[in-house]
Amino acid sequence: MDKELKKKLAGRLRSYGLPGPLSVMEICGTHTTEFFRTGVKDLFPDRLRLVDGPGCPVCVTPNEYLDRAIEIGKSGAVIVSFGDMIKVPSSYSSLGAERAKGMKVEVVYSPMEALELAEKDPDSEVVFLSVGFETTAPGEAAVALRAKERNVKNFSLLPGNKLTPPAVKALLESGEVRIDGFIVPGHVSSVIGSEAWEFIAEDFGKPCVIAGFEDYDLITGTLALMDMLAAGESKLVNGYARAVRPGGNPRAMEVLYRVFRAADSEWRGLGPIPSSGLEMRDEFADFDASRKFRVTLPEPREHPGCRCGELLRGLILPVDCPLFGKACSPERPVGPCMVSTEGPCAAYYKYGR
Amino acid sequence: MNDMIEGLIRKILGPESIQLDDSAVLDPGPGKIAFTTDSFTVTPLFFPGGDIGKLAVNGTVNDLAVMGAIPLYLSCALILEEGLDMGELTKILESMRRAADYAGVKIVTGDTKVVGKGAADGIYINTAGIGIMENEALRGEIAPGDAVLINGSIGDHGVAVMAERNRLSFTRGLLSDCAPLNHLMERVASNCPGAVKFARDATRGGVASVLNEIVKNRHFSATLNEASFPVKDEVKGVCGLLGIEPLYVANEGKLVMVCDGGRAEEIVHAMRETEEGREACIIGSIGAEYPGKVVLETEIGGRRMLPLLAEEQLPRIC
Repeated sequence: MDKELKKKLAGRLRSYGLPGPLSVMEICGTHTTEFFRTGVKDLFPDRLRLVDGPGCPVCVTPNEYLDRAIEIGKSGAVIVSFGDMIKVPSSYSSLGAERAKGMKVEVVYSPMEALELAEKDPDSEVVFLSVGFETTAPGEAAVALRAKERNVKNFSLLPGNKLTPPAVKALLESGEVRIDGFIVPGHVSSVIGSEAWEFIAEDFGKPCVIAGFEDYDLITGTLALMDMLAAGESKLVNGYARAVRPGGNPRAMEVLYRVFRAADSEWRGLGPIPSSGLEMRDEFADFDASRKFRVTLPEPREHPGCRCGELLRGLILPVDCPLFGKACSPERPVGPCMVSTEGPCAAYYKYGR
Repeated sequence: MNDMIEGLIRKILGPESIQLDDSAVLDPGPGKIAFTTDSFTVTPLFFPGGDIGKLAVNGTVNDLAVMGAIPLYLSCALILEEGLDMGELTKILESMRRAADYAGVKIVTGDTKVVGKGAADGIYINTAGIGIMENEALRGEIAPGDAVLINGSIGDHGVAVMAERNRLSFTRGLLSDCAPLNHLMERVASNCPGAVKFARDATRGGVASVLNEIVKNRHFSATLNEASFPVKDEVKGVCGLLGIEPLYVANEGKLVMVCDGGRAEEIVHAMRETEEGREACIIGSIGAEYPGKVVLETEIGGRRMLPLLAEEQLPRIC
């Protein structure tokens, strides 16, 4: 986008006359950081509050999932993950702490690399931590398909994937927090399609914008939302039409559901939500680490002072947590929201002070 | 085995590189000397635009140069893992020799140890360097109104190494910026005497870390202008993909300079006359608004902090 036009739009956002105090929620870890990184959040008019929802996959993963990964690792398997997960505290430890004690933990940038590791080392069990929303799940499904096709017996996924629309629905149904409008994730929408978000406007009467990730996407998306709020409208606006179609990406969805099926799932902070997660279909049981490895889990626990749960429900901002920046920092994280690069606490700590 | 290695080193680095006596005896002339040391453990050993040998020479040369010293002598201590390919060692030593010749420094002493398989990762190199100070060290009083300069694009080294390590195919053509900065510093010193208040090479932790070191506990802040600093598209792409920021990525041929605002253009001009400063530019200023902080003004005019990050974004990059 033309630089001058961008500056003009930025000026419009900065001086926007709001009808009253407004809270808008974003539900995407990349939005959390990009609003800060691009400086768009700094342009927000005073009475506009941006609330972070359950949009960081690492953050919403409950401790029990990591506890299981660690127990599987203790059995000698190689645990393979995206880097964000390594420092996240589990109930009693973390993958990073276990690695320092000798557990085999590998970081990759693509799940396909995990399969390659398994093929290179057929004597080791290789377990990939399949965490992420609709954006990463098709890739993880594709790896499971490839593993089955090539009959790689020492490879499995530990499914922890989640679906975003059911979580937003659960938040709205709970009525616990007042959100005036939503900015929903562009990448997720490119897979599931804009239609998947229509319920926000239709069933709950809230305006909703699908936004991309460039500075101008964030500015125009926020402006579209405020224009609707000012006019008392509640519609779904696709502000990322260059990537998001109404029906999404049918090929990706087909791959995803060939391997996975929707299942009830536990979210940190939000608790169990019906049909909000993905489990592996029975045909892939051999590649499902949760079935392949029978482990005994310790009693899961949360750090007593950690308020990640309330944060992920949009009830508080990171700075409202008494641990923020004191007992909890990126070097010594207490909760996952301080660890992940997409976590709201990490973003506030990094950019906001 | 050791005789063979010593022979190879002496042949490539020159007869002085393994001194026959217990130490090299030098005569750097009158005046103060600058003395520094650094160890290099980068993985992989070879990456686009450089290798561990070139890095080991330039890294130490640069630590001397940014203080305002003229680098003269280096030591070279090698720790080799048993089984290291002799062809690779030869290439690394040849690269050190080329880098030393280009920078105009002599490798005057050295040592080699071989450790068992698994006790090191191929090769580690330590270099120490001595330079002479012709003027006072470049550590002047920084004040609001000063300008912040850089000599070219940000993040090339870290991203080139990471791309090589992770076989990211879309960065083809991106090279590490690994280069000596002494010629550039000498040009600035002779064209604009007394103009530079501070210079530091922006290695681990990148430009953002250097700026944080400058403002820490001081009464002034540094503000960078995002639109002004050069970042290559490949670097932006990889950083975006991996969620890291070019401003925190290591460079091996870039320095951050602070000077009086009125003399900034003159220095930029001098830097641009050198190979290592072709893309030199002003990237920000020193102000009084947020004491002790580094602030980034984004392209759209928003502001955010650039704090010191405790976490290393990428391990073993140098």
